[in-house]
Amino acid sequence: MTRPRVLIFHSPGTNRDAETLRALELAGAKAEIAHVRDVRAGTVSLVGCRAVVLPGGFGYGDALGAGVLQALDLTTWLQDAVGTFVGQGGRVLGICNGFQTLVKSGLLSGGCEPDKPGNRAVTLTHNERGRFECRWVHMAPAVDCAADWLRGLAMPIFCPVAHGEGRFLTRGSDTLNHLAAQGRIALRYVQADGGAAAGSYPHNPNGSAGDVAGICSPDGLVVGFMPHPEDHLLSRHSPVPVPVEARGLRLFEAFVEAL
Amino acid sequence: MIRLEIRGGLGHRARAVTAQLPFLGLAAIGTCEATAVYFLDAEFDDDALELLCARLLRDPVTETAAWMRDPRDHAGSPAAVEVARKRGVTDAEARVLENALVRLGLPPARAARATRYEFAGSPGEVDLHRIARDLLCNATTERYAVGWLQPEFEEGAGHSSRCETIPVRELTDVRLGALSRDRSLSLSLDEMQAIRQAFRDFGRDPTDVELETLAQTWSEHCQHKTFKARIRFRHEDWQGRAIGTETIDGIFDTCIRAVNHEVAKEWLVSVFEDDAGVIRFTDDLDLAFKVETHNHPSALDPFGGAHTGVGGVVRDVLGVSARPIAATDILCFGPPDLPDTEVPAGTLHPRRIREGVVRGIGDYGNKLGLPTLSGAIVYDRGYVNNPLVYCGCIGVAPHGAHPTGAEVGDLVVALGGRTGLDGLHGATFSSADLAEDTRETQGSAVQIGDPILEKGLMELLGQARDERLYTAVTDCGAGGFSSAVGEMGEELGVEVHLDRIRVKYPDLAPWELWLSEAQERMVVAVPPARLARLQALADHWEVELSVLGEFTGDRELHIRYEGQTVGRLPMDFVHHGWPRPELNAIHREPSTRDPTGTPWTDGDQVLKTLLTHPSVSSKEAVIRTFDHEVRGGTLVRPLTGPCQDGPADGVVFEPLEAAGSGRAVAVAQGINPMLGLHDPYAMGGAAVDETVRNLVCAGADPDHIALLDNFCWGNPTLPDRLGALVRAAQGCRDAAIALQAPFISGKDSLYNEYAGEPIPGTLLISGIGIVPDADRCMTAHAKCSGSLLFVLGDTRAELGGSLLHCLYGLSGGTPPVTKAAFGDRYRALHGLIRSGSVLSAHDASEGGLALAAVEMALAGRVGMELDLTAVHADPWHALFSESNGRILIEIDPEAAGAVTAACRDLPLLRLGRLGGERVLLRHGGTVHVDAAVETLAARWRGAGV
Repeated sequence: MTRPRVLIFHSPGTNRDAETLRALELAGAKAEIAHVRDVRAGTVSLVGCRAVVLPGGFGYGDALGAGVLQALDLTTWLQDAVGTFVGQGGRVLGICNGFQTLVKSGLLSGGCEPDKPGNRAVTLTHNERGRFECRWVHMAPAVDCAADWLRGLAMPIFCPVAHGEGRFLTRGSDTLNHLAAQGRIALRYVQADGGAAAGSYPHNPNGSAGDVAGICSPDGLVVGFMPHPEDHLLSRHSPVPVPVEARGLRLFEAFVEAL
Repeated sequence: MIRLEIRGGLGHRARAVTAQLPFLGLAAIGTCEATAVYFLDAEFDDDALELLCARLLRDPVTETAAWMRDPRDHAGSPAAVEVARKRGVTDAEARVLENALVRLGLPPARAARATRYEFAGSPGEVDLHRIARDLLCNATTERYAVGWLQPEFEEGAGHSSRCETIPVRELTDVRLGALSRDRSLSLSLDEMQAIRQAFRDFGRDPTDVELETLAQTWSEHCQHKTFKARIRFRHEDWQGRAIGTETIDGIFDTCIRAVNHEVAKEWLVSVFEDDAGVIRFTDDLDLAFKVETHNHPSALDPFGGAHTGVGGVVRDVLGVSARPIAATDILCFGPPDLPDTEVPAGTLHPRRIREGVVRGIGDYGNKLGLPTLSGAIVYDRGYVNNPLVYCGCIGVAPHGAHPTGAEVGDLVVALGGRTGLDGLHGATFSSADLAEDTRETQGSAVQIGDPILEKGLMELLGQARDERLYTAVTDCGAGGFSSAVGEMGEELGVEVHLDRIRVKYPDLAPWELWLSEAQERMVVAVPPARLARLQALADHWEVELSVLGEFTGDRELHIRYEGQTVGRLPMDFVHHGWPRPELNAIHREPSTRDPTGTPWTDGDQVLKTLLTHPSVSSKEAVIRTFDHEVRGGTLVRPLTGPCQDGPADGVVFEPLEAAGSGRAVAVAQGINPMLGLHDPYAMGGAAVDETVRNLVCAGADPDHIALLDNFCWGNPTLPDRLGALVRAAQGCRDAAIALQAPFISGKDSLYNEYAGEPIPGTLLISGIGIVPDADRCMTAHAKCSGSLLFVLGDTRAELGGSLLHCLYGLSGGTPPVTKAAFGDRYRALHGLIRSGSVLSAHDASEGGLALAAVEMALAGRVGMELDLTAVHADPWHALFSESNGRILIEIDPEAAGAVTAACRDLPLLRLGRLGGERVLLRHGGTVHVDAAVETLAARWRGAGV
C-alpha cells in the first residue's frame, strides 16, 4: 500500500511541525513540511496531496490575535490553492495554532455556508483563567461527529494542551446546539474515564463552551482541535501509564487510514 | 490620524488588573475594563476601516470596534489610563499590522498601539497616576497618559550622527573618573589610566567610538575581570583569627578550570571556549548548554528583561552552531507578601517583578517552540531590589558541525534584527550597582524581544551550518557589534563599515550603531563565494542580511563610517590592554556550635511551616504557563505523580534529532543561597552535590554529567563579598572534583547591590546528564502501597545553614559536606535504576529526610510509615539535617535482596513501608509527624506559587 502524501504547512513562528511530521510518518503517511511561501510561489504543489496539516506554534507571533495572520495567508495568498484543494475533497487538519487559523480564516467558521471570516459564529479566545497553560487532558470524539475517522477511536486520547487562546466560544446560545446537530462538534474535553468534563477545570482546561476541544466542517473533511496528540506517540511520553488506545498516535493512525 | 478601539477581547487582562487593585488599597475603584487601541497615520474611509476590522482586528464573537478620525472628537475624559510602548522599543505587532494593511489592498500607513484601561469607580487623577505607575505601565519601556494618549509613530530618533574626539591625554585622574561616570563607561581609574597612557603612546586622542569600544570590551560583563583578578585572600576562623592568607591567581583558573585538570572525560567537546559548553551525546550528536543571567534588566522591566534574557541565551547556543531544543529558568525574588511600605523607592514590588518575569520567559520560550522544562524559584528579602533571573538553553548539533574560524577575506555578515537605540550600554550597565534613579539614567539598556524573528534566525542558521556557508558565528549580545565583531576578529583583524548596518530609524551616531544591543542579531563570517547562497536562504526565512566588512589579517580593529575612519585600534590592545586587577578578599568562617535549645516542639508544626514556605511549596501556577511539551520529547516533567502535581528532582527529554538513539537528556540544578549566608563553601559543595543527585535520581549516568556555574554576587571590590565568593568557588571546585563532574561553561553577574546592600551570594549549579536508556527514566513520586522505603547515605548532625534554622532564625551549626564517597552511592543507584529495581528515587536536601519523604508521599498520593531512629540519635537531626549524598529509594519487596546486595558496602538503611493514607514518622518510639497525605498535598499546593 502506498503511503498517502500529507503536507504540513510552515509559517514564520510555526513550531510543532517537526513532531507533527514524526506523528504522521509513524502513522503511515508520507509527510513533508512546506513553507507557505513555497506553496504561494507554486514551488510546492498540493496536487497529489491527500491532506494538509496546519500544525501548532505561534504563526507571526499571534500578532493581532491567535491565528489571525496565518488566516490572512489562507484567504489571500493561498486562497486559490487551498480553495481548490478543499473543493476537490482534500482533508485539512488544524492543531492548536492551526485550529485557530482555520477558525479565523472561515474554513471552520461555524456559520452558514459559504463561510466568511467576518461572518463566523465561533471563535477561540483567551483562556478563562487568562494565561497560557500547559497540562495533559483527555479528549473524546463527539457523538455524531461528521469526521467519521474520529468516531473510530476506542477511548479518549490523552495528550497535552499548551495554549493561551484556546477557549471555544460561540455567538448566540443556539449555535452550540446547531453545531452538535450538524455533527460539527469533533472533540470534547472529558474526564479520564470518558465522563463529561461539564465545564469543570482542569478537565476542561480553558473554559470552552460545551467542553468543545475541536470542531469540523459539515462534511467532516476539515477538522481542527486544540490539544496536541503529536506529543504523545510512545508510551514513555505519557506522564502516567495509559493504554495504547489512549495515545495520541492512535488519532494520527485513524486520520491516515481515512486518507 | 485614525484611532481604532477594539472592545471585549482583553477581559483576561482587565480581570488581572482588577485582582491587583486591592494590593494598592484601591479595591473601591471597582472593576477594570481593558480595550485595545490602534493608531493609523492615515486617512482611510469607513469602508476601508470596516474591512480592516472584519479581516484583522475585530473578533466577531467577542469584540466590537469603533473608530474616530480626530483626537479632538473625544468628549469628556472618563477615568482611564492608556499605556503604549515608548518609541524605539520593539513592537513587532505594530510592524505586522503595517504589513497586513498592504496585504488587504489598503494604502501603506504607519501604525502604533496602546492599551486603554477604564475603571468603573471613577477614581481621581491621583489614584489613576498611582495605578498607572504601580500596575499598568513600566516606565522603562512604556509611557502612559491619564485620559487619552497621543501616539508616537516610529521615526527618526534625532540623535547626532557625528563622531567626536574625546580628549583624554591631558586629563587628570579626577577628570578621568568623571569621564567614566558621565559616559557610563563603568571603567576603573586603573583602566582609564591605561587608556590615557595608550593614546599618549598612539600620539592622539580616542574617538567616542574607540572609547566606547574599550569600555564594552573591558567591562566586567565581557571580560570577567573579577574571576581573572589576582586576589589577596585572608581566611579567618569564627573568632577572627587568621587560618591562613594566600594569593589566589584568578578564581577562574584556580577554582573552575582547575576542576577540568582533575576530571578528564573523553566526552567533553568544547569547554569555556565558546558561547556555550559542548559535550558528546550520541555517536553523531553533541549537546550544548549555557546559562545566562539577566538580573539588572529584569529589575527595571521584568517582562522585557526576562524576555530578552531567554532570547540572549538562545543566541549563545546558536553561537556554537547548535539548534536550541530546551530552556531552563531559575528565579530569585523578594517575598511575594512584602508590605508595600517596605518596597524602596525606584524598586518594583516582588509580586510585580515575578508576574513580569514569568510572563516574559513564557512569551519568548513558548513562541520560540522551546520546552521550558527545568527551573526553581527562591524567595528571600535579599532579592527585593535585585531579583535574579537565570535563563538557560540546551542545544543539539551534529558532532563536528561547528566551524573552527574565519579566514582572511571572509566577509563580516550581520543577520537578523535592525539596529536602534535599544540596549545601549547593557554590558557596562550590568557591571554597576543599581540605584534609585537607575530607571531614568539607564532605561535604554532594557528592551523587548521578537521571538518570531529569532525563530527565523534559528532556522536559517541551522541550514547555513549544514551547508557550511559560514566559517565562524557569534551572537550579538552585550556590547552589540563592538563585542561580536571585535571578538570574531581578534586573531585576524577586521574592517567594518558602520553605515552598512541596517537601522530601525535614521540619525544614529556611529558609536550608537556600534554599541546598540538591539535583539535578535547574529554575526557570521562568510567566504565571498558562499554569500549568494546565504542571501537566498535569508530571503526564504525572512531574515535581513547585511555585509558589514571583512576580515583583514592585519590584527587591527578598523571601524569606518561613510568613508571616514572613526576608530582604529590594535586588536591586542582592545582585548588584552586592560590592567589585571588586584583585589582584596576576606572571609570569616561561621561558628559551627549548634544553637542551644529548639524553638520548635512539634514535628508536624515544623513540617507545616516548611511545606508552606514559598521557596518549598508548589510552583505549579508558574510552571504551567510554560510549554514543557513542545517538540514532543518530554519524558520526565517538572510536575510528576498520578495527579501531575508533585515535585520532580530532574527533568528528562529525548531530542527529536536523537529519536532512535534510545538516549535521553536529564537536566537539573542545585541552588541554596540560605546555606551560603551561613557558609559559602558549603553552599558551593551542596549545589554541586544536589545537582548531581537530582540528575542521577532522574536516570542519568553519574559518569556522564557536566556542570555549569553561575555566580550572582554583590560588589566584588568589597573584601567581604569577594571573600565569600572565593569560598563558594572553592566549595564547588572541591565537590566537582570529588564527584568527577567537569564544568563546561559558566557566567558571573556581579554588582547585585542596592544602596550598599548586596544580594545573598547566590551560586547556581546547572547540570546536564545523559540517560543511557530513555525507557529507564526515574521519577520521585511514591509509586505503590506495600513497597519499601530505604535511604541510601548517612545522616550527620548538619543543620548549619539549613532551611530549618533559616525558618526559625537560628545561626551556627555544622554545615553539610560533600565527599568523593558519594559517587559510589550514585553509581550503585544508577545500576539499580538501569536494572529496573527502583520504583522511585528522591534526593533529600533542604528540609532533610522528613520533607523529602513527605514530598514523595504527596506527589504519589501514597502514605508511609517510617522509623528514623537509626538515621541519627537526635530526632531533629534525623528528621531535618541536610547532610548531602542522601537519596530516598522505593523498592519492591521482591527486589530488596538485590538492592541490599548491590549496596552492601554503602550506608543503606531501611526506613519503613509505603501504604495507607497518612505519613507517620517515628523516632525512638515517639511519633513526630502524623498527617494525612491529602492534607500535606493541599498545604504544599496551597501556599504561594
